[in-house]
Amino acid sequence: MNKASDQPKGDAQIKEKPVPQSLLNGPPQVINLGLASFADELTKQGTAVVHVDWSPPARGDVELANLLSKLSE
Amino acid sequence: MTTSEKVGSNIREANAEAIRRILEAEPVLIDVVPASEAIPALQEGMILHAGPPIDWGNMCGPMRGAVAGIAVFEGWATDLAEAERLAESGAFRLNPNHDYGAVGPMTGMTTLSQPVLVVENRAGGNHAFCTINEGLGKVMRFGGNDASVLKRLGWLRDSLGPALGAALRAGKGIELKPLVARGLTMGDEMHQRNLGCSSLLLRTLAPDLARTVDDRTALAEMLSFIGSNDQFFLNLAMVMGKAIMDPVCDIESSSVVTAMSRNGTDFGIRVSGLGDEWFTAPVEMPVGLYFPGFSADDANPDMGDSTIVETIGLGGFAMAAAPAVAGFVGVGTPSSAADFTRTMGEITLTQNPEWTIPALDYQGVPTGIDIRLVVETGITPTINTGIAHRKPGIGQVGAGVVRAPLACFELALKALATRLGVR
Repeated sequence: MNKASDQPKGDAQIKEKPVPQSLLNGPPQVINLGLASFADELTKQGTAVVHVDWSPPARGDVELANLLSKLSE
Repeated sequence: MTTSEKVGSNIREANAEAIRRILEAEPVLIDVVPASEAIPALQEGMILHAGPPIDWGNMCGPMRGAVAGIAVFEGWATDLAEAERLAESGAFRLNPNHDYGAVGPMTGMTTLSQPVLVVENRAGGNHAFCTINEGLGKVMRFGGNDASVLKRLGWLRDSLGPALGAALRAGKGIELKPLVARGLTMGDEMHQRNLGCSSLLLRTLAPDLARTVDDRTALAEMLSFIGSNDQFFLNLAMVMGKAIMDPVCDIESSSVVTAMSRNGTDFGIRVSGLGDEWFTAPVEMPVGLYFPGFSADDANPDMGDSTIVETIGLGGFAMAAAPAVAGFVGVGTPSSAADFTRTMGEITLTQNPEWTIPALDYQGVPTGIDIRLVVETGITPTINTGIAHRKPGIGQVGAGVVRAPLACFELALKALATRLGVR
């Protein structure tokens, strides 16, 4: 039996955290950003995936991305 | 407001003005006249061609074939061999159509005796010019240059051109935007499919042609020529595009593309805030379907001023209106055509409310290509195109889709930044 004095006090007091039951209990729900091959592999294994066709601005070219930033409001 | 915010604000205002000029344009087909009359700067020995500037040494096979053929047609050489020798020696002045208010499909030959369609933009007060479509098969725009090609050009110069001019002058001109609007509802995208608009144009022109052409046999030949060419309207769509975009060419700070064009070697773009400067990169090879007996090994890289129709939101940008084209050029199923149009919406500033697509619940065609959006997303304009044989004198071998090279847009973005003092 715990005593009240055994519990942490103040900000350090530990509260009971909710367990992410649904993440572990149900099938995964996946959103994939960027490389389509990741989504393709999951799809092959029967996992539903929402793929977002995203890439870094200017394909990651730092000079162009910098100019784009300055040419936008 | 920071300097960067000020630059961005200026671009936004400039682009709004560019869009206003595009959407408020009033292109009207008013006449057909000899190119020498329409373009006084055209001289003997001067040949206007498609795309950005290029010299004889760098021209592809079909472009060389067309240059040689048109030189014979104009009487500057007695045969093709002499024409090639003269071209090699620098006897001809070679300049882009775009520098003279003109456009031309594929090789885009424009010389002084050829008849040109004249479109007046009544909102901008400017005029644009384009030769008459030669029809299908072996034609000069695809590099054809034999006797049959030159004979047809002679007939266009001596018969159909003058007759069309007389018919148009007898009427009030033909407003082109309403015609295109109807064409979009009839399955045209105005680059690889012009069946609806060609038919509508013929229906509009026929009465005035009948009134002005006395010879019934000649009249029948003209009506048959137009009626049997599903792509007759292509040149009109192009000259309309040029008339719409020329008033957009000089808006300080604007990042809107005003021209895209190819000469078979290079692809070039122009941007409103950068005036008449070309930004070029090697042109790409179309992906598509080939006529029986031909394959990708026969194909020439992409060519022509016809990309002006994509610049105004038609062609590959309006693919959703023309599902049959997606199948024809072999890039997808008809049901996937809408994807092309939606994707082009990622790199354009607005939709054209006058040119709507039924299959997209009457959304307007994507309009106003912004080089910033192209560079940011990496999505390049989709262009529907014909494919020429890489050797001169053969002609069209297929049709397909090609992408504008991203490098053109990256170069233009850097130039715009420099122009606006951004580093």
